[in-house]
Amino acid sequence: MRTQTRLKRLEKFLAGGSLNISLLSKLIILGISNAMALWALTVLLAEGHHLIFTILVIGVLLIDYIFLSERAYPLRFIFPGLFFLLLMVVFPIGFTIYVSFTNYGTGHILPKEMVIKQYTDRLMLDEDFPTYKAQIFKNPAGEFAFLLTAPTGEQLVAVDQTATPLAEAGIKPEDSDGDGKVDRLGDYKQESILNIFSFLAQLENLTFTYADRMLKLRTPETFGCYIPRYQYDPSQDALIDLQTHTTYFAKDGNFTSATGESLDIGYQTIVGWRNFQKLFTDKRYSAPFIQVFVWTFAFAFLSVLETLGLGLFLAVLLNDPKLKLRRLYRVLMVIPYAIPAFITCLVWRGLFNTEVGIINNSIFLPLFGKALPWLQDPFWAKVAILIVNLWLGFPYMMLICSGALQSIPGELYEAAMVDGANGWYRFRRITLPLLLSQLMPLLISSFAFNFNNFNVIYLVTRGRPAIPGSITPTGATDILISYTYRMAFEGGSGGDYGLASAVSLIIFMIISIITWINFKSTRALEEVPQYE
Amino acid sequence: MNKESLEFLTEVKKKPRFTPQTWSQLWKQIVIWLVLLFVFYPIVWVISAAFDPANTIVGQRIIPKNASFINFIRLFDSELQPFTSWLLNTFKVSLTSSFLGVCITALAGYAFSRMRFRGRKTGLFAILLIQMFPQMLALVAIYLIIFWIGHYLPYFGLDTHAGLTLVYLGGAMGVNVWMTKNYFDTIPHSLEESAKIDGATPFQLFVKIILPLTRPILVVVFFLQFMANYSEYVLARVLLATNENLTMAVGLQTFIQDQISQRWGVFSAAALIGAVPVLIMFWVLQNHLVSGLTRGAVK
Repeated sequence: MRTQTRLKRLEKFLAGGSLNISLLSKLIILGISNAMALWALTVLLAEGHHLIFTILVIGVLLIDYIFLSERAYPLRFIFPGLFFLLLMVVFPIGFTIYVSFTNYGTGHILPKEMVIKQYTDRLMLDEDFPTYKAQIFKNPAGEFAFLLTAPTGEQLVAVDQTATPLAEAGIKPEDSDGDGKVDRLGDYKQESILNIFSFLAQLENLTFTYADRMLKLRTPETFGCYIPRYQYDPSQDALIDLQTHTTYFAKDGNFTSATGESLDIGYQTIVGWRNFQKLFTDKRYSAPFIQVFVWTFAFAFLSVLETLGLGLFLAVLLNDPKLKLRRLYRVLMVIPYAIPAFITCLVWRGLFNTEVGIINNSIFLPLFGKALPWLQDPFWAKVAILIVNLWLGFPYMMLICSGALQSIPGELYEAAMVDGANGWYRFRRITLPLLLSQLMPLLISSFAFNFNNFNVIYLVTRGRPAIPGSITPTGATDILISYTYRMAFEGGSGGDYGLASAVSLIIFMIISIITWINFKSTRALEEVPQYE
Repeated sequence: MNKESLEFLTEVKKKPRFTPQTWSQLWKQIVIWLVLLFVFYPIVWVISAAFDPANTIVGQRIIPKNASFINFIRLFDSELQPFTSWLLNTFKVSLTSSFLGVCITALAGYAFSRMRFRGRKTGLFAILLIQMFPQMLALVAIYLIIFWIGHYLPYFGLDTHAGLTLVYLGGAMGVNVWMTKNYFDTIPHSLEESAKIDGATPFQLFVKIILPLTRPILVVVFFLQFMANYSEYVLARVLLATNENLTMAVGLQTFIQDQISQRWGVFSAAALIGAVPVLIMFWVLQNHLVSGLTRGAVK
């Protein structure tokens, strides 16, 4: 039906009837984007990027379908958000799960074929062949040519990746000023040795094939004969070092010899559960990991508890209509919530500094005569983090508790009063249970939020003080997410993305469980069909 | 907590001075003032440091000697830190991504609220589930995606604000879609029905009728996203590289990291400048926000 009306509209429009601007503009935009995509597709195909090519084809067809089919009409509204959600959240999650089963990381970045190519491209000097004296020439286009002279007097012209004996060469050396020395080679002019040093890196990368050998700059004035140093043997799946005659077998992401020596560059490969095994069984990893794991739960739980405690307490206090200035108080107490958290965290970091920090100098030194090692001692660093998080978090709890308090029916209290229940009893038996059951989903969300509260940890203590003996950069205040970040981006010897992703996967699973509990407690699903 | 704290629920009676009630009011005031002391403790010290020409945390006094604006001048004038760029970058990225984020969310919220289609329930549920996973957990993957995109479209690559904005837009859906959908649900359908009879398309209904009526929730969503992007640290840290391109969160963190004592005053000036616009925004939108929060809470 709808398609028919659409067709009618199109006919009308083509017949010059009413000009349907929205349809016209839609067709134009779709046309332009399809044309652009077509152009991009030819480029991608020519460059051999088949994966991205396929993704783009599917994407473009999907967009066309969504915007032309009436059945997909609702998708037109959801599509923009869905696009970013898929690209920047769902796909990264999938990729992270994949990486957690690989050894991806510094030293294991490239796929195997590329590592093999890197090694087989390496050259070594072949001492059996002569060293040539080199004269360097350069043409106006900035390309280089060389005239090479062996100790025997044999001369070669090296240009454009190949070297040929002088007699067969296409370009001949000339002596234009007649001083008896060659100073031109075709339209290449000789470069003085002084000018060469600025091009040295470029020159060192030039190689020229000569018979079965490679000629290459050895010193700024000489050329040597080079042969490949490594050979790949597919039957053994091994790299053979032709200099030392060692065979390096490909195994678990490294090329390892029989004596256990490994080549520097490893390759990326799937390692199965090894990252998880490391985390749970290798003492050097598991000891700090378990410590971080426990502290993450403690931190999230204590954060919810303390902010809820103070927030609820204040909400009840400020709920008293007889309290003077309560409106002003409420406004003032929300301030921490309105200040960007990163600023707060950095400020507290300064205040907590042990030597020069203001907390020690204005409170602890005058009152107790000694400074507390806030950021150096594991215990006090944790206390500091919890204080900062209390400051940051209680206003939110106060706001939601105030909201929830208003919704508790007054009759409940009146009934309790008739029965002679005192204030504390009423609070404990009426307010608290009703409030908690209402707020439970928000408290669970708050727990999940703090579970991943990277900013508070990283900007206040940077996860420190360090845990002694840990092989990864791990500190006593690190929670799982900052532990992951530091493993991937702050490792002394580079990042271990595979291991970091394995920890991420563990966090995913914990959050899934929390979310599941949350759904159970809210029955969010049942609320969806509100208008059906 | 004692009996009197919930006394307001009974009838208010006139009582002589210095009854237990007066005492209870007194201790409440004391407790509140203690909390306010805690709230204002860091704020007061930062304000004081910002105006203290000594520019050091060592021996700082709560009332600075020879208070002046010298730290603010140092902040904007020094070669050390391109603070003006940081500030502009932060606003550029957060405003763009929250504005586009609101557009995305409102569109999706409208479809989920007004249209019936297969996969609607599953979609809503999936969005809620997915947004539980913070993007920073997949940092390595996001870095690589932006690297690939930058290979073909350098304008969206690493170390660009457009790239960072793309990443932030990934976090735009989620709870916000639910908030807008729930709000849209409260708008009666009758308004649209009459417009529909006049031949308006759903998109016209959305722009002409729904958007103007639902401005409060759009403002709340905008502000929440703005706050989140404004404070975001990790993604910006990993994706941006050049000092001039950093956002304030990353820039200030590297600025203060190891030199708290020597740069305290200038840092404090920066902290004030960074906090004030958001505070003002919060002030203006306060009623919207608080009702939005508590409504969402009690729902």
